[in-house]
Amino acid sequence: MKSPLVEEEEPGTVPDVRPVPPKPTMMAMSKPLPVPAQRTAAPVEQAPARIAVRNLEAGYGNHKVLKSINMDVPPRSVTAIMGPSGCGKSTFIRCINRLHEETHGAWSRGEVILDGQDLFHPSIDPVDMRRKIGMVFQRPNPFPTFTIYENVAAGLRLNGFRRGAKLDERVEKSLRRAALWDEVKDRLHTAGTGLSGGQQQRLCIARAIAVEPEILLADEPASALDPVATERIEELLLNLKQDYTILLVTHNIQQAARVADRTAFFLLGDLIEYGPTNDLFTKPKDSRTDAFISGRFG
Amino acid sequence: MMQTNRAVYRRFKNRIVLGMMALAVIVCLIPLAALMTTLLSNGLGSLSWSFLRQRTEEGAGVGNAILGSFLILLAAAVFAVPLGLALGIYLTQRGTTRLASASRLLLDVLSGIPAIIVGVFIYTIVVRKSGFSLHVGFSTLAGALALSIIMLPIFARATEEALKAIPKTVDEAGLGLGLPRRTVVLRILIRAASPSILTGLFLALARVAGEAAPLLFTTDKSEYWPSHGVKDLATLKPLTEPISSLPMVVFNYTTSPKPELNAQAWGAALLLVIMVLTIRLSTKAYTAWRYGGKDGHV
Ligand SMILES: Nc1ncnc2c1ncn2[C@@H]1O[C@H](COP(=O)(O)OP(=O)(O)OP(=O)(O)O)[C@@H](O)[C@H]1O
Ligand SMILES: [Mg+2]
Repeated sequence: MKSPLVEEEEPGTVPDVRPVPPKPTMMAMSKPLPVPAQRTAAPVEQAPARIAVRNLEAGYGNHKVLKSINMDVPPRSVTAIMGPSGCGKSTFIRCINRLHEETHGAWSRGEVILDGQDLFHPSIDPVDMRRKIGMVFQRPNPFPTFTIYENVAAGLRLNGFRRGAKLDERVEKSLRRAALWDEVKDRLHTAGTGLSGGQQQRLCIARAIAVEPEILLADEPASALDPVATERIEELLLNLKQDYTILLVTHNIQQAARVADRTAFFLLGDLIEYGPTNDLFTKPKDSRTDAFISGRFG
Repeated sequence: MMQTNRAVYRRFKNRIVLGMMALAVIVCLIPLAALMTTLLSNGLGSLSWSFLRQRTEEGAGVGNAILGSFLILLAAAVFAVPLGLALGIYLTQRGTTRLASASRLLLDVLSGIPAIIVGVFIYTIVVRKSGFSLHVGFSTLAGALALSIIMLPIFARATEEALKAIPKTVDEAGLGLGLPRRTVVLRILIRAASPSILTGLFLALARVAGEAAPLLFTTDKSEYWPSHGVKDLATLKPLTEPISSLPMVVFNYTTSPKPELNAQAWGAALLLVIMVLTIRLSTKAYTAWRYGGKDGHV
């Protein structure tokens, strides 16, 4: 049970891997992080990590769900989180925007380092931080009684953005990027909950990207959708990765193979294997990964 | 053969059960229909333009009582709404604390207190011009306070239930956008719950609109218009004067020895029912128009 790649490469030294001294703000995005090359979890192809997870443990009450996760996520890419139901995928990505701690009885330990800043550091305001990390949920959750327009505008409006042409522009842009504009442009001022499930999920994606986050967490965004809607969401993710760092939770092995640059395989709260999607699928290092991708369990 | 026999028997049983339910519905409707027909046959006769327009002086009409009823209800809502909203929000956000359980218990006790006791209570501490009291005298203010006390448990619990009915994922969507909890609660959850909250408010209003007992000790009655136009109302002086209302008219006229006033009591009673029905139906129509309609349900 000690197969996370980090530990295979540098057994026992994980705490030292913390890449850089924390920067004062999270604003300076463009500068790559000087991560000691020989110590990164993902040694190949590498742009330096955008998100570095170190010894992350999390759970609910005395139920420990995540057991010391270490993982580096490169920028402008799709990273898939895969694993059987209940293995802690949702818990994991909810730790990354600290939504996990909003659940009653939830706790977490360790570090999630975004651009050199530990997000769990007491000086970090989770509210500010979440503006940079958008999230799309397992089930579509548009705001009830809000119109389509208001749903997309909500993040901006409630953060003080004024009504007007500029806001209209942002709403249109977000809806276009979420591949929903053509379907809703004539009914922007009707209820968001009046859309179909797949449209609602794209609406939620539009809502998340309207505030222009830098990271996008997507928790099985297509799990409730038909193949056509799923394909549109996958296209959308591939499109968005030019600007965003995307973490995509999925049950679906084919989906990971289709859209992810890198894939992580979780099992019972352990990160079993993590690497370029192609490698993981063609030559898995761990027999459990092999069993999962060949459909023998999970 | 066996199969079909059983299917026939099952269909037979279904019919019997459905028939019994229909019977139960009819039994419930009988008293309601009887009440409405009595009310209409006795009340319609006294309804006339002058009945609606004239003051109660010498039994000319009930115009001032209609206006009075609306003013008392409006003022009661002004007291009950902010308090009830605050309580409802507290009960959902801090619902597990001891103070919350205590408030819930208190609200339950409050909703069980007979309206007449609330009237006597307000009489003692607000109306009475002697002893430990605010010395306000019989007034709109005192009546509104009494009614708001009766409304509060209904409205607060309705608010709590309305907020609880909003899925947790909506909450998380708001937090995930980088909005502070208070913004999520006040600007998203309250709005999402507003159709049910409004329904709760109008249920509470409809519940107290017909109460005579608490008004007996707090507003007394008046033969004059409650105010002489908006300017007069703006001075708030009418709030501290006795005021007429439909339940009080019904009460006073029913017990009157004069037959023409007895007839007017039926007219006032019919108006009261129409008023309550109007309140209910217009909320329904409003929420359906604002939040429902073809393109969405809430
Ligand atoms: N609010 C909660 N309170 C207590 N335990 C929870 C809570 N949410 C999740 N868990 C537990 O944590 C474990 C991991 O749950 P999680 O939702 O992260 O799984 P998942 O990998 O996302 O599963 P799925 O693929 O079914 O969504 C499960 O055993 C689950 O029972
Ligand atoms: Mg999940």
